[in-house]
Amino acid sequence: MPDPIVETLRARFGDAITGVVEFRGETTIHVWPEAIGDVCMFLRDADAASYDFLSDVSAVDAWPDEPRFQVNYHLYSMTRNTRLRLKASVRDGQSLPSVAGVWPAANWFERETYDLFGVKFDNHPDLRRLLLPDDYLGHPLRRDAPLVVEEVEFTHNFDEVEARKPYARE
Amino acid sequence: MTTVAPPRSISMTFDELKGLVSERAFSGETLLLNMGPQHPSTHGVLRLLLELDGEQVVSCVPDIGYLHTGIEKTCESKTYTKVIPLTDRMDYLSPMSNNLGYVMAVEKLMDVDVPLRAQYIRVILCELQRIASHLVWLGTHAIDLAAMSMLLYCFREREMILDIFEMVSGQRMMASYFRIGGLWRDVPEGFEDAVRQFMRLFPSRIDEYEALLRKNPLWLSRTQGIGAIAGQDALAWGMTGPSLRGSGVNWDIRKAQPYSGYDHFDFDVPLGENGDVYDRYWCRMQEFRQSLRIVDQALKKLPKGPVITGDRKVAPPPKEELAWSMESLIHHFKLWTEGFSPPPGEVYVSVESPRGEFGCYVNSDGSPKPRRVHFRTPSFANLAALPLMAKGVLVADVVALIGSIDVVLGDIDR
Repeated sequence: MPDPIVETLRARFGDAITGVVEFRGETTIHVWPEAIGDVCMFLRDADAASYDFLSDVSAVDAWPDEPRFQVNYHLYSMTRNTRLRLKASVRDGQSLPSVAGVWPAANWFERETYDLFGVKFDNHPDLRRLLLPDDYLGHPLRRDAPLVVEEVEFTHNFDEVEARKPYARE
Repeated sequence: MTTVAPPRSISMTFDELKGLVSERAFSGETLLLNMGPQHPSTHGVLRLLLELDGEQVVSCVPDIGYLHTGIEKTCESKTYTKVIPLTDRMDYLSPMSNNLGYVMAVEKLMDVDVPLRAQYIRVILCELQRIASHLVWLGTHAIDLAAMSMLLYCFREREMILDIFEMVSGQRMMASYFRIGGLWRDVPEGFEDAVRQFMRLFPSRIDEYEALLRKNPLWLSRTQGIGAIAGQDALAWGMTGPSLRGSGVNWDIRKAQPYSGYDHFDFDVPLGENGDVYDRYWCRMQEFRQSLRIVDQALKKLPKGPVITGDRKVAPPPKEELAWSMESLIHHFKLWTEGFSPPPGEVYVSVESPRGEFGCYVNSDGSPKPRRVHFRTPSFANLAALPLMAKGVLVADVVALIGSIDVVLGDIDR
């Protein structure tokens, strides 16, 4: 049984709603990346929706498929006691509007997504790396980022690997 | 492959501070102070950049990531079952709740039913875990505010719970006792007696804790009216758990969207009013008693039966069957080499961990390894609201605040 909000959204946003998926009782609404800010604002404020709580923002890397990043927004409505997932797919380098203005909770979630995937959020108040050091290069949760980055040192190649290691040297 | 940029000059870091702290910091009117990452009150490795006007906090910029271990990345190269021990290590004070969130997500993905006995044992262990976790919180929060003896008493009782965990799983802390579809094994003989003994003792111990703190004027003046946050703000900032309920918002996932048989039990959700440090303390103290109520009912109603699903595609067959059943041998071999493959799809399951909403997002591409596992950890969102709460308080109150939102840095950094 799909959430009745789906029809409301289709009527309001038309083509911006590109698909609805039901899986194991969870509703996923695919949204155009450009429209995500407006859709979120509507879902928060409309009485029929009142999704007043943002549980989570994260991304999935579908590499090598394109558009590779699916950004997921997990919403919860206190009054209606329902959950909803919004999904916006972006290519590498394409940015999304930030929803930190809709739910302040998105601030850190989006920073984390930017940090680990390199998905940029427009008009984010403070889009810096969150978990990784500021001088880290790359985004480790991309599927094409290697799991092990540092070379393993053995006794036979210890000096050789040490010489290549990028330490902060005086 | 090089992943670290060459060292940069100091002047760049001043540019980075712009927008984070007020202009007054650059003229020297206010003072920038680093609190942490090795500060004892940060309960892990958390660095706060505090901008101070005298002793008052003007702005607070948390810097996290010191305990980042890339658990979500690691999950992508493990089979579904092998992710369970990783979840223990995020919120190391409530491994049971983390296990539960993850296994429930995979069970939903696989559409597996869990036997009722397993569900009830999960509830019992999760509620004991809640008590154990709150005991560490109470002890460390009190010691941060100079009530030294609390820690010793709290750890004394926590030890009893850890002994129960060791009894069921062989491990005191990183239990990894839950399996997809049920439990690793049934609880041993003597489990119920051990829990009952703890339950007989514990109510009087809660009274002791309260006697130590609730009439202590020093304690009260450092908790009451400190760091208050309104319910609406707390909700907007994504706070959950006792930190949210301290502000009077009635949201407990065990009540709102019951899972694992929580709807079979009778319990109340304690709510605060002011959303200050004291109300969060009060909520957690009440939760001790509510958790005891749930454990009591679950023990009384505990049904007999299997503790893991009979679905051999998910759960291994009993060991003795391997001696005579070819199918069991094959299932066992397949599970231990390849694992199982859920259908392509994605699920998000959340449970009420001692700190709030622990959400687990699992995305499957149909292979035996998850394409993506993401954990929505409660401490992460709770800490994000710290700058809001810390505005205008004294430096010493920041310590009380961090303690009151009960952050676990392993949970935040993952």
